[in-house]
Amino acid sequence: MKCDESEVMLHALIDGELDAGHARDVEAHVASCSGCGEKLAAFRTMHDIMSAAPLKETAPAHLRDRIEGLMAAAPTSRVVSMRQFMRPTRRSFLGGFALGSALSAAVAASLVFTVFRADQEQTIAEEVVSAHIRSLQAGHLMDVETSDQHTVKPWFNGRVDVAPPVVDLTAEGFTLLGGRLDYVDGEPVAAIVYQRRKHVINLFVAQHLGARHAHAIADSIQGYNVRHWSQDGLDLWAVSDIVGDELDEFVQKITSALRQSSRAS
Amino acid sequence: MADDAVAEQERMRSFQTAAMSHLDDVYTLARYLMRNTHDAEDAVQECYLRALRHFDSYRGPAMKPWLLAILRNVCNAEFARRRKEEVTDYAQDESLAEEMPMWQEPQASAEKMMVRLQDTATIKRLVAQLPEPFREAIVLREMNNLSYQEIAQAAGVPVGTVMSRLARARAMLRAAWNGAENATVRAGQTVASGTAS
Repeated sequence: MKCDESEVMLHALIDGELDAGHARDVEAHVASCSGCGEKLAAFRTMHDIMSAAPLKETAPAHLRDRIEGLMAAAPTSRVVSMRQFMRPTRRSFLGGFALGSALSAAVAASLVFTVFRADQEQTIAEEVVSAHIRSLQAGHLMDVETSDQHTVKPWFNGRVDVAPPVVDLTAEGFTLLGGRLDYVDGEPVAAIVYQRRKHVINLFVAQHLGARHAHAIADSIQGYNVRHWSQDGLDLWAVSDIVGDELDEFVQKITSALRQSSRAS
Repeated sequence: MADDAVAEQERMRSFQTAAMSHLDDVYTLARYLMRNTHDAEDAVQECYLRALRHFDSYRGPAMKPWLLAILRNVCNAEFARRRKEEVTDYAQDESLAEEMPMWQEPQASAEKMMVRLQDTATIKRLVAQLPEPFREAIVLREMNNLSYQEIAQAAGVPVGTVMSRLARARAMLRAAWNGAENATVRAGQTVASGTAS
């Protein structure tokens, strides 16, 4: 990595926007280049100070009242499209490079990967939710229907390239319903199906499914709660319509069960 | 039919609750874009009116960048209108802007930065003095806490542009920050004898 590239990328590092591979590249450059090392340290300190300082304004009470009044008076009519505010497409991202920001071609080329990663993460999140919704349709939920974890786990052998963690959490209020082979981002993934009261939770597991996150990333798409985290070289996505707190509890149970089993082996 | 109306109202209500939860973020960006409280409040009000009119086209999950994109458009429309009328009084708050040379990048010899300045009011002032579009980029990142992709969405530019703007914005801010610190140090040294580096 060259300095001009690092100059842009170190901000992405500070902001937590790089995947593990790019983060390593930037860190390696910074470790061997005192100029960039100093910059990283200075910008990181600046960012930390800004994060800690109460920089966000509070809307004055009279403004809040005025807007609440507007909302109360608003008709519930359906109008017009504001699609241009929606998520930019991949084409528009990449198209922007041709317009030429202050970046050199080489820097821009490397950024494409970063951009692609972030974009891909979103795409995968949406696909995971689609897969969840699809599974809720009659007859699509399970390929192997059993509450016995020792039946579900071997069923995946030869069907997916990972040994998905199948743990019985019935005692904790999450009933194991079974497993299913699903496809996300064109790749086969293991889907393990749990139930909480009347609500279905799909746990999607694959070797690589989005960026690596040591801690669960929370999202909500089309009203479904989504959690994504990485553990033991696996990417895990939990999707459900249960409330966020309960899904967090589920994630935490799976995480600790996984940790125990990897310690035991 | 009645069920539809009820469902529609329910949707509207949850939309409104979600939109109100971002009011401080919208107001914060408005303050930095419009540079005075009165104009900021007008812009926020217009933003929420437009959001209400278009709530039907809103698709989750990213409400915050969506609202901030609307606000940004409101502010830009206002600036365009003023340019047309050749009214420039919105620059009134900019009297501070010339206080220190901040448009220049840090010199190679001055790379070593001692960021010790932690005074919130000063940080706000330094950010307020950044030129657009760099001010907007840094506010969306540091104050509104958006991801790069959300900033791209709010500002309507590619992520690569967001990255280069942020890099520029932080470089300018750092130079200004150093200037402010040196000024503080110099003020302190009128009593103690100089050890400036």
